[in-house]
Amino acid sequence: MIYRDSKTLLEVRRLCATVNGIEILKGIDLTVRTGEVHAIMGPNGSGKSTFAKLLAGHPAYTLTGGTVAFEGGNLLELAPEERARAGIFLGFQYPIEIPGVANSQFLRLAYNTLQTQRGGDELDPLEFDDFVREKMKLLEMNPDFLDRSVNEGFSGGEKKRNEILQMALLEPKLAILDETDSGLDIDALRVVAGGVNELATRDNAIVLVTHYQRLLNYIVPDYVHVMEAGCIIKTGGKDLAVELETRGYDWVNAEYKTTAHATA
Amino acid sequence: MSVTTGNSYLESLLAGQPQLPASPFARLNRLRADAVDRVGALTVPTTRDEEWRFTDISPLTRIPFQPARGATRLALADIERFVLPEAAARLAFVDGVYAPQLSFNAAGVVVENLAPGVTPHGATLEAHLGRYAEFRHNAFAALNTAFLQDGALIVVPRNTAVAAPLHLLCVATRQDVAAYPRGLIVAEAGSEVTVVEDFVALQNEAYLNNAVTEIAVGDGARVCHIRVQRDSGKAFHIANCAVTLAHAGRYQSVSVALGARISRYNLNVLQAAEGVECAIDGLALITDRQLADTHTSIDHTKPHGVSRQLHKCIVGGAAHAVFNGKIMVRPGAQLTDSSQSSRNLLLTGKARVDTKPQLEIFADDVKCAHGATVGQLDAEEVFYLRSRGLADAAARNLLTYAFGAEIIDRIPIASLRHRLERTVLEQTNRQP
Repeated sequence: MIYRDSKTLLEVRRLCATVNGIEILKGIDLTVRTGEVHAIMGPNGSGKSTFAKLLAGHPAYTLTGGTVAFEGGNLLELAPEERARAGIFLGFQYPIEIPGVANSQFLRLAYNTLQTQRGGDELDPLEFDDFVREKMKLLEMNPDFLDRSVNEGFSGGEKKRNEILQMALLEPKLAILDETDSGLDIDALRVVAGGVNELATRDNAIVLVTHYQRLLNYIVPDYVHVMEAGCIIKTGGKDLAVELETRGYDWVNAEYKTTAHATA
Repeated sequence: MSVTTGNSYLESLLAGQPQLPASPFARLNRLRADAVDRVGALTVPTTRDEEWRFTDISPLTRIPFQPARGATRLALADIERFVLPEAAARLAFVDGVYAPQLSFNAAGVVVENLAPGVTPHGATLEAHLGRYAEFRHNAFAALNTAFLQDGALIVVPRNTAVAAPLHLLCVATRQDVAAYPRGLIVAEAGSEVTVVEDFVALQNEAYLNNAVTEIAVGDGARVCHIRVQRDSGKAFHIANCAVTLAHAGRYQSVSVALGARISRYNLNVLQAAEGVECAIDGLALITDRQLADTHTSIDHTKPHGVSRQLHKCIVGGAAHAVFNGKIMVRPGAQLTDSSQSSRNLLLTGKARVDTKPQLEIFADDVKCAHGATVGQLDAEEVFYLRSRGLADAAARNLLTYAFGAEIIDRIPIASLRHRLERTVLEQTNRQP
């Protein structure tokens, strides 16, 4: 939702990055304010996931230019864990399996680490168990998932629910959800999207990175950005997503090239 | 500096042997005498021996270890932190000497010191003692046999299941002492038992544990064998374990090596009959300048044998882990189903692992899978945890812990599992 009195959370200016010497991001501009839901769409290989991971501090990417301010501070100088503590959350496209670590142990460790940083109280295993079970209801998750190893043997849908569960526990200011809809059947999609909607408030913001419009039927974006070859080439409202679904991406690209040509 | 090597070193270790009192049991005296002969004919293995290629034990041969003269008398309070509350029996040995005051037996089966056990269990000893652990070509097994005196004797009668674990605790207290722990576990047909062999130290001293364990699993019997080597960081630990499985017998083992400056564990499992099954798992967690070497051999001789093996090493500091896993499938051992996996985690640039699966297959209708991986912590896993707020070091520790926990979780004794998990956490937290 767009509010008049919103605060600027994230300000990305002319962001450029490479991976293994190959230029992936070529000057991204994006502003996200509290209360807003943004969707970043684009074909495979356009740099959407790179952008998402870079905001979370993934070490594989090399910054070559630009700035990212988060609540006015320089985000780029923070380690991944410092970004998490500052309120950034990345929902992974492919959540990592960690055999040998119980999901409950992992979730509690993450929760308590952030609580300590934010000056809140840590929860002991029993208190945490009550707390997390309540949050799991939101995502219609079976409590058995607490006792299993983190994401190990989880189906695609279960992994994504587990990601949103982490979002629910960690209460980020800015949640970046990378292809949260991939690998979900329609029921799981509805549940996961319902969970995200439940967590959206006027004090936080959500950036959805997605290939398809399908997710946006459930989580309605305020802004839709089209990414192509490392740039955001078009920004519009929620109707743009519908148009992309029917017409594909090529026309946006053609339009962009014409404009770029005309202004050149 | 003069260094005693080869035969003269082995003979120096034998110096105390003639002082052993003769046993009333003829077989034991015969075994000792044979073993003394073999020690005389054998030499200390060097890295020129294929079986010891990566394991240089010359630091051991610089110390003239001798058996303890007179036992160190310990009270229960001294070993409290090693006690397993679940155990139905405990046999404690201090520097290799049986300690009755630290032992008890409420298991309802024979769990006793081998030396006085001689008379009532003569037939069992005659049938099994020294029959499985080969010492003709193995200098350390020969030395152990030459010093055969105190040891653990466990006999589980036919169709008897012992639900609670039996704890064999070997406590080291003194420097320069050689202990020769010996174990004989006989699980008669249809019986079930869980045995924990536990090697611990009260001080950080240099001593030698040279252990031999023989396990006979009868028809349809099940033996679960947990082995924890947490010797002092200066100690030397050499051990040979020989297991033989009769028809439809099952053997499950989890071996954890945490201690010792240099350790070597040979586990030989003989599938002597049809339809037997073994699962042998191992974890070596070492750091600083430790060396931990595990050599296992599973010998499939008859049809329908199953074997499973997962061996893991977590190597920090400038430590060195060695794994050699031999799987032998003899002609006629058709329909053998065997899998082996060696997974290794190197925590530093100076850590080293040598791993070698060794498959020798002489039957044509078998399923044998094996694989080995050596790597560092996965960067994506570390990033995942950091993106949830965990500091880099905390993320690495958690992943290292998890890597080891997969093996420790297979130990069916809760108190031991929890204690080892804590040890792994402490040790991983200590890593630079």
